[in-house]
Amino acid sequence: MRALETVLLAKGYVDPAALDLIVETYETKIGPRCGAQVVAKAWVDPAYRQRLLADGTAAVAELSFSGRQGEHLKVVENTGQVHNLVVCTLCSCYPWPVLGLPPVWYKSAPYRSRAVIDPRGVLADFGVTLPRDKTIRVWDSTAEMRYLVLPQRPAGTEGWSEERLAELVTRDSMIGTGLPHPAGAGA
Amino acid sequence: MNGPQDLGGMMGFGPVCPEVDEPVFHAEWEKRALALTLACAALGEWNLDMGRHARESLPPAVYLSVSYYEIWTRALANMLAERGMVTPDELEEARMLVPAVPTKKPKADRSQVAAALAKGSPYDRAVDQPARFALGERIVTKVIHPSTHTRLPRYARGKTGEIVAVHGAFVFPDSHAHGLGEQPHWCYGVKFSGRELWGADADASLEVIVDCWEPYLQDRAA
Repeated sequence: MRALETVLLAKGYVDPAALDLIVETYETKIGPRCGAQVVAKAWVDPAYRQRLLADGTAAVAELSFSGRQGEHLKVVENTGQVHNLVVCTLCSCYPWPVLGLPPVWYKSAPYRSRAVIDPRGVLADFGVTLPRDKTIRVWDSTAEMRYLVLPQRPAGTEGWSEERLAELVTRDSMIGTGLPHPAGAGA
Repeated sequence: MNGPQDLGGMMGFGPVCPEVDEPVFHAEWEKRALALTLACAALGEWNLDMGRHARESLPPAVYLSVSYYEIWTRALANMLAERGMVTPDELEEARMLVPAVPTKKPKADRSQVAAALAKGSPYDRAVDQPARFALGERIVTKVIHPSTHTRLPRYARGKTGEIVAVHGAFVFPDSHAHGLGEQPHWCYGVKFSGRELWGADADASLEVIVDCWEPYLQDRAA
C-alpha cells in the first residue's frame, strides 16, 4: 500500500491533500447518523415519509445528503407484514451518503452468500428473530439502485422529537440486519 | 463472469460476525486504499464497471482469502499496470522509474473533493425506446454464462419472477466494463420467491428482489 501511494504521489497522479480530505469526509462527516436523521424525520412527518418512499434521492437531498454511491436511492419500508434486508451479493454496493462506508461484515463472504438463501439464519447471527409468517424481502443491489430500510417506529415514542427518535435508529436497522432500539433504551 | 464475486447462495463461509462499535477503518492502510481508489478513478482511465470487473478478475483463491480493501488495492494496482500508469517494477522498488502517462482527466485537487463526492456519478440515461416490460408482468431471466462482466447473479438465471419496479434506463455494465460504450437499457426490479430460487425446501416467507437490465430478461412467463 505504501509503495503504491509513494509511486502515485511521485508521478503526480494524486494530490495528497485530496486523499486526506476523502478519508476525513468518510471518517467524520458521512455516516449512519445521516440515515438516522432521515428515518426520524420520516417517523414524525407523514408528508416527508411519502416523498422519501416515492423518490429517496430527492427526499434525502432535502436534508443535504447526496452523492457518490447514493445517486439512485430507494427507501423500502418495514411493516407489520414485511421485513426488508439489503445485500450486495456481487460486491459491496451500499448507500454511502446516508450510511457511510459499509462495515466489514457487509462486504464479507458469509453475509453476501447467505443473505439471499438463509436470511433468517443471518438475522439470528445478529440476535434478531422474526415471526415465521413475516415476509422477509431481500434486496440484492445488483444495479445502481442503493437501498435504505425505513424501520418501524418503536412503540412508546409518541410525542418524541426527531433528535430523540434518531438516537433509537441503528445502522443495522437501516440495512435490515437489526431493529431500532426500543423506547426504554433511548436517551 | 462466473467469478468469485458471485457469492449468492454459496455455503460454508460460517456465521456473519458483526463487530460491536466497529471503527470506520481498522488500519491506516485501509484509509489510503479508499482514498487512492477514489482519487485514481477520478483520472478517468476506467469506469465503475471496469473497476468492478478488475476486482472479480482476481484469482478466486485470492479474492476469497483477503479483506475487501485488499481486493480493492490489488485490483487498483492491476488497472494501473494494464495502462502503464504504474509498473510492477515501480511497486517493487517503491519509486518512480518511468514517466507518468497522460490521463483523460487531471488529478482532483483538494478543493474539488467535496463537490465531487456530493455530486457522484448518476448512471441513469435517456433512451428512445420504451420499456418492454410493465409492472406486474411475469418474466423469465436468461440462462447466460458470459466470460465477461455481468450483473446477473448465477442464482437468478433461468428463473421466473415478477416485475415490481421499472427503475428507468441505466448504463449497461456488460458493455461498459469492456470499453464498449454505455449502451443504456431499461432496468427493472424483479421479485423471485425463495422457492423459485432455492427449491421446495426454501423458506416460504422469503422474497428476493434482483435489479435486472432488460437484456437479462428472456421473455414473459407462460
